[in-house]
Amino acid sequence: MTFTTPEIAWAPLAPVIIVLGAAAVAILIESFVRSAETRRRVQLGVSVVALLAAAGTAIVQWVGLEGAGTVVLDGMLTVDRQSLAWQVLILVFGTLGTLLFAARTRAGEEAFTPLGSVAPGSTEETLARRKGMQVTEVFPLALFAVGGMMLFTSVTDLIFLFVALEVFSLPLYILVALARRRRFLSHEGALKYFLLGAFSSAILLFGAAFLYGATGSTSYTEIAQGVASASGVDALVLAGAVMVVVGLLFKIGAVPFHSWTPDAYQGAPTPVTAFMAAATKAAATAALLRVVYEAFYGLEWELSWLIWGVSIASMLLGTVVALVQTELKRMLAYSSIAHAGFILVAFAGFPDGALSALPFYLASYGLATLGAFAIITQVREKSEDGTVMGEATRLGQWAGLGKRSPWLAGAMALFLLSFAGIPLTAGFVGKFVAFAAAISEGGWPLVLIAVIASAAAAFFYVRLVVLMFLTDVPEGQEDAVEIDHSPLARAVVVLTAVAVVLLGIVPGPVLDAFENAGVLLLGAAG
Amino acid sequence: MDPINFVILASILFAIGAAAVLLRRNAIIAFMGVELMLNAANLALVSFSRMHGEIDGQIMAFFVLVVAAAEVVVGLAIIIAVFRARQTISLDEPAELKG
Repeated sequence: MTFTTPEIAWAPLAPVIIVLGAAAVAILIESFVRSAETRRRVQLGVSVVALLAAAGTAIVQWVGLEGAGTVVLDGMLTVDRQSLAWQVLILVFGTLGTLLFAARTRAGEEAFTPLGSVAPGSTEETLARRKGMQVTEVFPLALFAVGGMMLFTSVTDLIFLFVALEVFSLPLYILVALARRRRFLSHEGALKYFLLGAFSSAILLFGAAFLYGATGSTSYTEIAQGVASASGVDALVLAGAVMVVVGLLFKIGAVPFHSWTPDAYQGAPTPVTAFMAAATKAAATAALLRVVYEAFYGLEWELSWLIWGVSIASMLLGTVVALVQTELKRMLAYSSIAHAGFILVAFAGFPDGALSALPFYLASYGLATLGAFAIITQVREKSEDGTVMGEATRLGQWAGLGKRSPWLAGAMALFLLSFAGIPLTAGFVGKFVAFAAAISEGGWPLVLIAVIASAAAAFFYVRLVVLMFLTDVPEGQEDAVEIDHSPLARAVVVLTAVAVVLLGIVPGPVLDAFENAGVLLLGAAG
Repeated sequence: MDPINFVILASILFAIGAAAVLLRRNAIIAFMGVELMLNAANLALVSFSRMHGEIDGQIMAFFVLVVAAAEVVVGLAIIIAVFRARQTISLDEPAELKG
């Protein structure tokens, strides 16, 4: 048997190569730069430069792309406008996330433990802290995750899809376990995230094996041909398709595949929560779009019950359970589950409009999420002797925040209103385009439920706004909460707030750009 | 022997692995269930490869092996960190995150 070496078009891979190359360099920096403080600065510089360079390269490619796109690695990977748009989005989230990773409190405390391998509260941990040790590996880990996500948005082969899924998931499992405070929660979140994540990727892989068995290939185009040519629906094809979609729904965090979401979001260090909430959801949505539109388009009728059922369940459960949460990060986690439902609404009937609506939706959701979690990192508990402690995440502690720091509370209100989809914020435009896409293919019953769920969800967002602005600080609690401005976290809040307002008031240019990106090179949708 | 029998065996192994993840309360056993699911997928890939008379599926199985090895490293690291902190790896024991 002879093998022919595939032609590799290197240039379209440039953004991914830059990010993964920088991650490899960052690992070397870990070994060769001894002082923790220098290492942190170098790592931050390398990460931000690499991410921005990759984003620049991707934008240049997007503008200069001739025709619909390029098939790379013998059909394993497709670089078209759709994948470049998602890559730019993920790089933006990655850059903002990296800035948050590096943010510190005024006392110089960062969000990560000084030594991940030792038990919380042990002598070794105290010693490591006193010696000024730092886990600067978080920067290369984040770069690997971003690189994996970028691949995830453009793969067109199921086995490569599985590999890319693991490339971005494995670093995230580690990052979740590295919180500085509340390490028990952090460990528990990581363990659940890991077991359920590995479980879901095994389901995806077994689905891929079934599809390989039924169609003789794992490439999306050949699966689409196999689906089209089969007379009637093959049970093997249907089982495989459902398992692949379920594997991706796990990553989006939709009900009933959501149970890792609240634990991982609450347990993870807040910068990691911010990054993974925004970027994982975007990457998984991009992959789901591509696999559904390129491989399973012919199975629209068979898959619609799954999409509808999961979407309705996510919206209802996410909204109802978020109403009763008293912990802020957990509330935002359930809100993200409801958002997973809204994302799936755009898939109803597989409308062409979803290809340009969902990037905008995820941009608005991701920016608001990063901003909201960046604010959470700055609201701190203060002990009686005046030392600043961990983050104040109980809802009650946010009472009267508007008096402590009007700007911070105002920004938080802006992000919450964007989540709720109030006009003049990015969230409204995002929901509008996503629901409009669904209506164009007759998905109006689903849109009706989505609108009702959004109205109910607005209640708990507004409740927090009322708590921040219209409630007084409880008696005797005046000194229990402290606003700890870190320049980097504050920069992230300002950038995301400006972006959310701009996308809400003048969404035109960005909508046009994503309209331009709403084409798949190999789309079975035509 | 007809290779479809191996696909059936793979499906049974996959089901056993999935049951172990969902039912067993020991993190290591649950993790073994995940590995069993991945290896069931490998067996299915190889059997289908044999049925199609080509070696694509066998090459894919190699990719899966490498990924599974990386996953073991990360998974055991997390489980060991949890064990050091709590002296137990029961999945019922850590119950600080609820609701």
